[in-house]
Amino acid sequence: MENTITTSTTLPEDDWSMIIRPKRGLLDINMRELWNYRDLIMLFVKRDFVAKYKQTILGPLWFIIQPLITTLMFTVVFGNIAGIPTDGIPKILFYLSGIVGWTYFSTCLNDTSQTFVKNASIFGKVYFPRLALPISIVISNLVSFFIQFVFLLGFLFYFMAVGSDIAPNINVLLIPVLIVLIAGLGLGFGIIISSLTTKYRDLTNLVTFGVTLWMYATPIIYPMSGIPEKYRIFVLANPMTPIVETFKTALLGVGEINYMQLLYSFGFTVAVLVAGVIIFNKVEKTFMDTV
Amino acid sequence: MSKTIIKLEDISKQYRLGVVGTGTLSHDLNRFFAKMMGKEDPTKKVGVSNRLDTVDGQYVWALRDINLEVGEGEVLGIVGKNGAGKSTLLKLLSRVTAPTTGSIKVRGRIASLLEVGTGFHPELTGKENVYLNGAILGMTKREIDSKYEEIIEFSGVKKYAETPVKRYSSGMYVRLAFAVAAHLEPEILIVDEVLAVGDADFQKKAIGKMQSVSRSGRTVLFVSHNLTAVEQLCTKGILMQNGTITLRGGVHDITTAYKKISVNENDLKRSGTGLIRFQEYKMTNLEGQKIDEVFLGEDFIVSTVAKANEPIDYTDLSLDIRNDSNEFVGHITNADDLFEIKKIDKGDTFSVSVTVKNISLAPGTYYISIWLGNSYGTMDYIENCIRFNIKQGDKFILRPYPFDKRAKIVLQSKWNFK
Repeated sequence: MENTITTSTTLPEDDWSMIIRPKRGLLDINMRELWNYRDLIMLFVKRDFVAKYKQTILGPLWFIIQPLITTLMFTVVFGNIAGIPTDGIPKILFYLSGIVGWTYFSTCLNDTSQTFVKNASIFGKVYFPRLALPISIVISNLVSFFIQFVFLLGFLFYFMAVGSDIAPNINVLLIPVLIVLIAGLGLGFGIIISSLTTKYRDLTNLVTFGVTLWMYATPIIYPMSGIPEKYRIFVLANPMTPIVETFKTALLGVGEINYMQLLYSFGFTVAVLVAGVIIFNKVEKTFMDTV
Repeated sequence: MSKTIIKLEDISKQYRLGVVGTGTLSHDLNRFFAKMMGKEDPTKKVGVSNRLDTVDGQYVWALRDINLEVGEGEVLGIVGKNGAGKSTLLKLLSRVTAPTTGSIKVRGRIASLLEVGTGFHPELTGKENVYLNGAILGMTKREIDSKYEEIIEFSGVKKYAETPVKRYSSGMYVRLAFAVAAHLEPEILIVDEVLAVGDADFQKKAIGKMQSVSRSGRTVLFVSHNLTAVEQLCTKGILMQNGTITLRGGVHDITTAYKKISVNENDLKRSGTGLIRFQEYKMTNLEGQKIDEVFLGEDFIVSTVAKANEPIDYTDLSLDIRNDSNEFVGHITNADDLFEIKKIDKGDTFSVSVTVKNISLAPGTYYISIWLGNSYGTMDYIENCIRFNIKQGDKFILRPYPFDKRAKIVLQSKWNFK
């Protein structure tokens, strides 16, 4: 016992628990610190969740109302009026499966892209690992994704019961990987944008309609088979395309999974995420001076 | 000497002036190219030192070459005028922003109370906010669990713990927020002006809590304009001016020095037509050396230089003396000595000095205002522009203990006994 006391009082002179310097290395990311703040991340998730639906009558029902109405609208406009084919899959199921995956991506991107600007008042007062906020956003959106996913499964079973030609297959095992990819892409792009917008707000204007445009470059409202050969390359260059395609194929059983394309998405996600964390890490130290 | 807990080495912080917008991109590109060419960052050269009123560069150094060591268990008061760099220093320590140069080394966990209630969400209940706020301030859920009862008890809002805080009165809100912050147990606590909010009761509670924190051997950095609170809490202090530390030492030396600069540098209240303007004024001893302290019963000289902007027939000059509580306690004018100041041509400067004999005001701090004017009115009046202290000494009264504070003047006396 006495031994421990003496060792703690005779700390070596350079035994600092923290050193603050103007700049840090590109990859000097303190993941352990982030882990120490995991309780904070979960409390942020809870806050987002509770705050969103307090004082609403329908409460969490809103999680499924949004994709449901969008699906109905797409069914009427693109399916019935424009007559875009859906590869023989019931229209509602076709659109809903695309929308559920896409919504997770777009909410992750939109919400995390405002990390610095929206939370400047908290960030200006107290320190905690800034990455805790975008991560908590991705997790709380994951919760709504799951609710919507279960809703989607409900429709899937209904259509299977009435005898539609759909066949979920072994590829559903890939879905957890797809979810990680979607989260990673959304988070990566989101924190890059939020880092860049601390000084220049121009990007904020771009994000809102940029994400909408991006959706049209992803096979959500049309099937991959419906794309003319000369445009194919552009749609395939979009890292979300293989993810959405795999998601649909796994659940609905049409089309084929191209593992090379999926690998491309994976590589893209890793690159964006690494770039995002590096940029975010560089900006977070001094963003309060410019935000 | 106790162990060093915080060590700042050559800390500087540069801010860009003006709006971030057009021009920022070109500055960024300039920096980038300079870096690529291996040159020094061009913007680091152009910064002017922090004088809020004389800014001609585009960058300003809010802090310049700060070196500071704080030992374990020390309660350090940081005083200085607005814009001296106190808050910037605390922001660097609490890692809200990073320094431009230098390094800060720290032993132990830092918690900062830059403002209570950070991150409170109006829709969440009191209990939920205690957890959220505690986590933001760096506590784990386990720590909060173990202190929750104590926090709620301390805040006095137990009955409303399950009510959203948007329904709280502002007093309840602040009490709950402070209760969370007060139950942090960091090795280093940074406090900035939080005591400015809340009623007298709350302030007392807050100061009491901070005193107990410091007694438990933890290090506290305290920034405040409230010198009484600083003197109550702190043992040591630093005085900051224009982004540098100009004085360090015992807390009383620091607050005294601060009071002095805040008089010298404050905008003096000046009025009058300006037909004649004071140009210089000073207080000296009989040898002509500038002083700000005299012993009771001594003589001193107030000398002024003034310039006439128009031809003047005659003018009077007078001195008003006020004490610490702004009570008018003395008045001297040239007419007292049948002395006349007259026939001054336009553009002439003249100097007038007056010797005040055997000063017999009670020991304490006094302020002299100077006035120039005639029967047509005031030409120039500068309020409380000279501050000086009268010390008891042994010239006038010989009692070996301090003069009675209730008395305003000192009467010379001769005692007889038969």
